[in-house]
Amino acid sequence: MSPTSPPRVAISGVKKVFTVNGAPFTAIEKIDLDIQPNEFVAVVGTSGCGKSTLLNMVGGLEEPSLGQITIDGRPVTGPGRDRGFVFQSYSLFEWMTVAGNIRFALEKSKLSPAEKTEAVAELIQAVGLRGFENAWPHQLSGGMKQRVAIARALVYRPSILLMDEPFGALDAQTRGLMQELLLKIWEDHKVTVIFITHDVDEAIFLADRVVVLASRPGLVKSVHAVDLPRPRSPDLLTDPAFMAIKRKVLADIREESLKVMAQDLSSPKLAKD
Amino acid sequence: MNPSPEAAANRPRRRGLLRLRQEIPRPVFIAAGWAVPLVLLLLWWAVTASGLVQKLFLPSPGAILAEGWRQLSEGILLHDAAISTYRILLGWSAATLIAVPVGILMGTYRLAEGALEPFISTVRYMPVVALIPLTILWAGIGDAQKILILFIATFFSQALMVMDNVKGVDGALIRTGQTLGFTEGEILRRIVLPAAAPGIWDTLRITVGWTWTYLVVAELVAANEGLGRRIMDAQRYLATDTILWGTLFIGILGLVTDLAFKRMGQRLFRWKGGPK
Ligand SMILES: Nc1ncnc2c1ncn2[C@@H]1O[C@H](COP(=O)(O)OP(=O)(O)OP(=O)(O)O)[C@@H](O)[C@H]1O
Ligand SMILES: [Mg+2]
Repeated sequence: MSPTSPPRVAISGVKKVFTVNGAPFTAIEKIDLDIQPNEFVAVVGTSGCGKSTLLNMVGGLEEPSLGQITIDGRPVTGPGRDRGFVFQSYSLFEWMTVAGNIRFALEKSKLSPAEKTEAVAELIQAVGLRGFENAWPHQLSGGMKQRVAIARALVYRPSILLMDEPFGALDAQTRGLMQELLLKIWEDHKVTVIFITHDVDEAIFLADRVVVLASRPGLVKSVHAVDLPRPRSPDLLTDPAFMAIKRKVLADIREESLKVMAQDLSSPKLAKD
Repeated sequence: MNPSPEAAANRPRRRGLLRLRQEIPRPVFIAAGWAVPLVLLLLWWAVTASGLVQKLFLPSPGAILAEGWRQLSEGILLHDAAISTYRILLGWSAATLIAVPVGILMGTYRLAEGALEPFISTVRYMPVVALIPLTILWAGIGDAQKILILFIATFFSQALMVMDNVKGVDGALIRTGQTLGFTEGEILRRIVLPAAAPGIWDTLRITVGWTWTYLVVAELVAANEGLGRRIMDAQRYLATDTILWGTLFIGILGLVTDLAFKRMGQRLFRWKGGPK
C-alpha cells in the first residue's frame, strides 16, 4: 500500500439523517473510514447503530446527508458494477435457475455469450454448486442460496464486495463452512470486502480489521487490527491472540449496548425507534 | 391429589386428528372433504322424503337433478351457460385488462397509489345493484349493460389486490436489481413483475370467482337468457327447483373456473415448486 494511491473506499465525514414521522432522525452522526484495496473489513455494532445504512451508502443505494464516499478517488453517485452486494435475505430471483440467477448479473456486461457461460461456470465452481446449475432456488438450502447470491455478486468482477449480515440466517455449522468458503474466494478473487455482522467471532475470524460502531447516533467507536496469520482455520477461534482481540471488541460492544439500554430506560418513547 | 409436575411433563404425546396444525393422514383429509356434502345431501334427502317440509320450500335432490336434466335435454342449459359464460368472460377480461396495469402502477409508484387508492377503496364498497339504473342509462339494456355490471363488480377490488401483490415484492430484490446496474424500467419489468406474477395470478383466480357470484345481479334487468335470468324468472312462478338448480350450476361453473386457474398457475409457475 503506497501512501500516494487513494484508498479503495474512503468514507469521509459521512452523516445520515432520516425523516421519521416528519421529524429528523440522525442514524449516523459522522463516520470517517478508509479501506485499502483487497482489505477485509468487518463492521460490528448494536442493532440499529447504522451498519446497514453505512453499507447502503457505500453501495450507492442511499445518499449521505453530509460528507462524501469515494471509490478509488471517485465519488459514489449511485450503484455501480464496481461493487457487488449480498443481503441477509437471499434475494434470489425465484423464477430463474441457479445458473440463470448468476447469468442475469452479467446482462449489462460486454462479454460475449460464450464468455458469459464460462464466467458463470467458473463462479458456480468457486462456490461449490456444480451439479445444481439447473436447480430452482426453492430447491436449495439456505447456505446454498447464499452461495448463489455470492456468485451472482462476484460474477461481474466487482472490486468491492459489500455484505450485510450474509450468514445471519444460517445455522452455526453452515455458517462456519460459508466463512471458510468466503475467505477462499476472497483470496482467489482479490476483492475488497466490507462485511457486516452481529457475530464477533465471525468478524475477527474473517477480517483484517474490525470496526466497532457506536450507536445513536452512529460513530466509529474503535477499530481493531486483526494481525492473525492467513490462511485461517477454525482452530484460530481458540487461539489466545484471537481471544485477546475478542475480549476488547466485546468490551466495546457491551459498553455501547449498556449506553443504549440506559437511553431506552430513560426515554421509553425512543425505544421504538 | 394433583399429579406431580414431572408426570405432567412426561405425558405421552397425544396422537389424534385434532392437534394444533398437526398433519393428518391424507385419506382422512380427503374423506372429510367428501363427508360434509354427503351428510348434507343425506339430511336434505331425508327431510324432503319424510315430508317434513313442503316441496315448495325445499324440493328434493331428485327434483333438482330432474330439473337439470330437463334444461339440458331441452337445450336451455347449454344455451344459458354459453351466454352467461360469454358475459362473465368479457366483464372479467375488461376489468382485468385495466385493473392489472393500474394495480401495478399503484403498487410501484407512490404517486399513483396516492392518487388512486383512496378513490378506488371508497368506490369498491358501492353496492353494485344500486348502479343498475345508471348502467342502463349508460349502456342500454343489451349485453353491454350486463358486462358493465360485471366489470364494476370486479374491477375495483381487483386493482387493489394487484397493488398489494406488487407491493409485497421483497425490497431486497429491487435493491439487488439496482446493484446489478438495471434501470428502473428494467427492474419493474424483469424483477418486480415476475416476482409478483404468481400473486397476481392468484388474484385473477379469486376475482373471477367473484365475477361469477355477480351473474344474477348482472342479468337482473332486461335479459331473456342466461343462467341468472333463468333463476330470476323462476322466482315469479316459485319454481324452487329451478332456482336451486341454477344456483348449484353457477357454483359448479365457478368451481371449474377456479380449478382451471389453479392448474394453469401450477404450470406457469413451475419454479415455485408444486403444492407441498
Ligand atoms: N429508510 C429509513 N427511514 C427512516 N429510518 C431509517 C431508515 N433506514 C434506517 N433507519 C433507522 O436508522 C437506524 C439505523 O438503521 P440500520 O438499518 O442502518 O441499522 P443496523 O445497524 O443495520 O441494524 P441491524 O443490526 O438491526 O440490522 C435505525 O434506527 C433505523 O430505524
Ligand atoms: Mg442492518
